[in-house]
Amino acid sequence: MTSLIFRRLGIGLVTVIAVSFIIFLGTKILPGDAAQIRLGQSATAENVAAFRARLGLDQPYYMQYFLWAKNFLAGDLGTSLASDVPITELIADRYKNTLFVSVLTAIIGVPISLALGVTAAMFPGTFYDRILTFVSVSLVAAPEFFTATLLVLLFVFALGIGNAVVIGSTDGKGVFELISHFALPITTLCFVIASQLIRMSRAAVLNVMSSPYIEMAILKGVSRKRIIFRHALLNAIGPIVNVVALNLAYLVTGVIVVEVYFGYNGLATLIVQGVQTRDYVLIQGLGMIFCLTYVVLMLIADIAAYASNARLRHPK
Amino acid sequence: MTKQKHRESSDGHFVAPYDASISFDELPDSIPPSRYKPTWTGWVGITIFSFWVFIAIFGQYLAPIGENDLPFPDDYSEFQLPRAGAWLGTDVSDRDILSRLMFGAGRTIGIAFAATLLAYFIGVVLGIGAAISTPRVDMIVSRINDAFLSLPTIMLGLVVVAAVGSSIPVLIVTAGVIYATVVFRLARALGQEIMVMDFVEAARVRGEGRWWIITREIWPNAAMPLMTDFGLRLIYVILFISSLSFLGLGVQPPKADWGSMVRENLGALSYGASVIPVLAPALAIATLTVAINLIVDDISAHSGGKLSKRI
Repeated sequence: MTSLIFRRLGIGLVTVIAVSFIIFLGTKILPGDAAQIRLGQSATAENVAAFRARLGLDQPYYMQYFLWAKNFLAGDLGTSLASDVPITELIADRYKNTLFVSVLTAIIGVPISLALGVTAAMFPGTFYDRILTFVSVSLVAAPEFFTATLLVLLFVFALGIGNAVVIGSTDGKGVFELISHFALPITTLCFVIASQLIRMSRAAVLNVMSSPYIEMAILKGVSRKRIIFRHALLNAIGPIVNVVALNLAYLVTGVIVVEVYFGYNGLATLIVQGVQTRDYVLIQGLGMIFCLTYVVLMLIADIAAYASNARLRHPK
Repeated sequence: MTKQKHRESSDGHFVAPYDASISFDELPDSIPPSRYKPTWTGWVGITIFSFWVFIAIFGQYLAPIGENDLPFPDDYSEFQLPRAGAWLGTDVSDRDILSRLMFGAGRTIGIAFAATLLAYFIGVVLGIGAAISTPRVDMIVSRINDAFLSLPTIMLGLVVVAAVGSSIPVLIVTAGVIYATVVFRLARALGQEIMVMDFVEAARVRGEGRWWIITREIWPNAAMPLMTDFGLRLIYVILFISSLSFLGLGVQPPKADWGSMVRENLGALSYGASVIPVLAPALAIATLTVAINLIVDDISAHSGGKLSKRI
């Protein structure tokens, strides 16, 4: 088990290095020179050359990569080309919004969806189960901004609560005040992960329910509730943790769309701005942060799968 | 206690077959009926999907006015409510939403369809190629593929758009290459599964060439699961392209596209003017993708739902 986890961690490390290559090279094929972009068209050739030397752009690519990777590990993400401010400073007042929304979504959305998914699996084929399945199959394929529009339509237009854009500062607010501040983005993201989580957790429990030992329990005459909670759920925990981690990884896309939709400042809006202004230092730094989060969550998902499935632990 | 068998072909994948009428009497390994007859959810999906395909092809000829024309040139004001001449109202630049929606249909669906075709071409060729090549080549190609798969698609899209700018060919190639990674995995798994079957072995012993084995032995057996997966991939590509357009990095104005229409008109919501300019394109995307999902679910439930198990 431990050796398998270490092996998976090793693969994770290789993935991270590969990802850093992709991001570094991806931003290197940018047409135009960073020093030229930074100094503008009017800069003299000497100025540009001096600036290139300062940024380390006169070095060969592999040296640039090592320098960048070293600085990244030391927490130095470089200086924005568009605004000449250190990236870490740009992130400082924005990361909280992104973090609040994602963490609160996870805290609220995951338990509710799991409860719904497991109860749907308890009563398969009933009206309740069918409604849940129908709603989740419909929402799972719909884009995030559709869900967001429906919520705005319901709350802002029909009920007159809240605002279609998130405005105001989050300073000094408690957890509940933050939830109401970000109510619409959080609800949107909850729907996005719920539609997948309900289907997947329901499937995970039903999968366990079809195993012979559950049939044995049914034949013994064990009550339905007891079968679910004492027999089935324990074996479904591994797959469910796997599913949760995967869905939190999918949140990365959702967060980007939701931040732009509700127009508040977060890391995602920052990276979109970076793409629009071709600020490649910003894209490199933030891209790495997003991809690392994603890779770590995928790693957790895989380890959960290993931990829960003896067949994966002892491959033939 | 009623006689219930808790059997359902289910797995961890969220595209697991949706069984509208869960009947526990049917064993998962029973032979599926040979011809596909859609259930009512299937018909709903087919109807909506056909409608959008029709609009995508003929929409630009049927549209009341051009995508950048003003329906009321003498009466300029943004976000006008629906009335005769502009049945869905007007957008942020006072253009007719209905016409833009019809022009955008062809662009959104066309780009997504072309990208999915490209993804399939790359993915299937490389995937089946990897399955029949030496283990060493297979391992190298698969590892590179895994590295790309472990990145959020939207992030890859952002980096590419930042690097080369956004245009329709760039969007098609980017989405095609990104989604080829998933197709590669499926095609490779299918190829490997079929490669070890007796009839392939027999063909090999007969001394058939590699091309024969691919086209005559593997392809006929891999085609059906790949077709179903094509629908799923199309959904993801539509969502990907729309999300990029929504972020302002996909189809560029003044060209109409459903994702960028949502973005352009977001202001309508915050002014409280009208919800139609945002709702109409968002609803168009949602009905299209949900319709495809209903068809795919219906087909895979029909064919025993074993598709996602092979991935």
